Amino acid sequence: MNTALGRAMLRMGRVALFLVRVLAQCLPSLRQPRLLVLQIYNAGARSLIIVMLCGLFVGMVLGLQGYDLLQRFGSESALGVAAALGLVRELGPVITALLFAGRAGTSLTSEIGLMRATDQLTAMEMMAVDPVRRVVAPRFLGGIIAMPLLVAIFNVIGIFGAQLIGVGLIGVESGSFWSQMQSNVELGDINEGLIKSMCFGVACSLMAVYEGYHAEPTAEGVGLATTRTVVSSAVLTLLLDYMLTAAFLHS
Amino acid sequence: MGLPLGADAVVEVRDVCYAIGGRSIFDGLNLTARRGQITAVMGPSGTGKTTLLRLLMGAIRPDAGQISVFGEEVAQLRRPALYSLRRRIGMLFQNGALMSDLSVFENVAFPLRAHMRLPEPLLRRLVLMKLQAVGLRGAAQMSTAALSGGMARRVALARAIAMDPELLIYDEPFVGLDPISLGVILRLIETLNSTLGITSIVVTHDVEEISRIAHHSYLLAGGRAAAAGTPAELRATTAPAVNQFLKGLPDGPVPFHVPAPDYRVQLLEPGQ
Repeated sequence: MNTALGRAMLRMGRVALFLVRVLAQCLPSLRQPRLLVLQIYNAGARSLIIVMLCGLFVGMVLGLQGYDLLQRFGSESALGVAAALGLVRELGPVITALLFAGRAGTSLTSEIGLMRATDQLTAMEMMAVDPVRRVVAPRFLGGIIAMPLLVAIFNVIGIFGAQLIGVGLIGVESGSFWSQMQSNVELGDINEGLIKSMCFGVACSLMAVYEGYHAEPTAEGVGLATTRTVVSSAVLTLLLDYMLTAAFLHS
Repeated sequence: MGLPLGADAVVEVRDVCYAIGGRSIFDGLNLTARRGQITAVMGPSGTGKTTLLRLLMGAIRPDAGQISVFGEEVAQLRRPALYSLRRRIGMLFQNGALMSDLSVFENVAFPLRAHMRLPEPLLRRLVLMKLQAVGLRGAAQMSTAALSGGMARRVALARAIAMDPELLIYDEPFVGLDPISLGVILRLIETLNSTLGITSIVVTHDVEEISRIAHHSYLLAGGRAAAAGTPAELRATTAPAVNQFLKGLPDGPVPFHVPAPDYRVQLLEPGQ
């Protein structure tokens, strides 16, 4: 227990130190905006299909489950607001973050890990180019920028999915579905989702670049690092989600 | 060669000791690379040849002793000074270490883009000139994944000379090359040295190849330079460790057998 706890603490410290090092290089890395744009494309645009597909299914499930629950209390008309709040405040950020970890996070880790394994990072250092600035910082920033955008798209598609099932299939009245949503979803709810998605973006991107940068320079090491990325991103996301939710409800 | 020791030395390693995890790699290593010469550093695998390069580049620090490159004490330098020193040094990695997401052209352009603000037409000409020097101007737009091992190493060489370094360090430049590519690399090392006057350090265990071009050779064994001199002088040495390495004898000071209990005893004892 003691050693496991000690190892965990040590790891957290290392991740925090690495975060400081990456943050220090974020601004200088913006001098090459092309790199950042490319990484936003890699992390964001390439995750688009999976995020949209999952958003649709999650929304459709919300439509079914929400209707089943709400009709017991005779308040089917609240389906729109239930689905929207569930998505915007909770499901959107969390599920997108988990998808992001699986899709973009793993590819970041394996890419950086392979660069390590093939001496590319060492070569950069020998050419007097800081690999944290050239390789890590743009990927980190790209992930942070891409995440809220992905979450927004996930939410929109999710609400569309809920409407598809609730209004289209089950027959909830379209007017009440939308008007209740419009009058009950407030800016605070949107902000909560936005802040969560940014926090998850930082957490998932950080874990991905950290694991890749510190991967053992072998095929096996890169594989292990990729696994660790998914596991720690998922755990961190859910942990942060609890803490943020508690903080928002309290305030 | 009549120069006093220390004069015109680009790289000087003095009494360097280095250990990893309690295992001593270097124990009083002395080595000098003179300006404009090709210095070969040879030795069997595991004698710390790559470690030596990492020490020279300031990636790791020695436990004791001094390493000076261009008269600067490498271990004392902080990151900005170290980086400006590294700009004067080109390094060729064993496997090329080309950026996998960039084309051949962009790989050679990489250090130029990172360190200089050159107008695009000038940059293009510079890169083409470097590629021409290694005979790969026609491959400029190829992706690095499509290159053969020998070509990748030539691209890496073009990249290493992109910043017109004063010192070029080669890490095992001959490993895994077919005879033609090997001949090409060998000739390139010599040409770069003689036409550009670049000081070169070649770390290798290919005795035959490097003996043809090296001005001065060191043989590493037991954590120090076991022998030094021109290739001819080295061949004339009678020290058993030198002899074994240069002639490729399977048994000698570096034993054929890894230390083990007595053969007969181990075979006859009842196993579990």
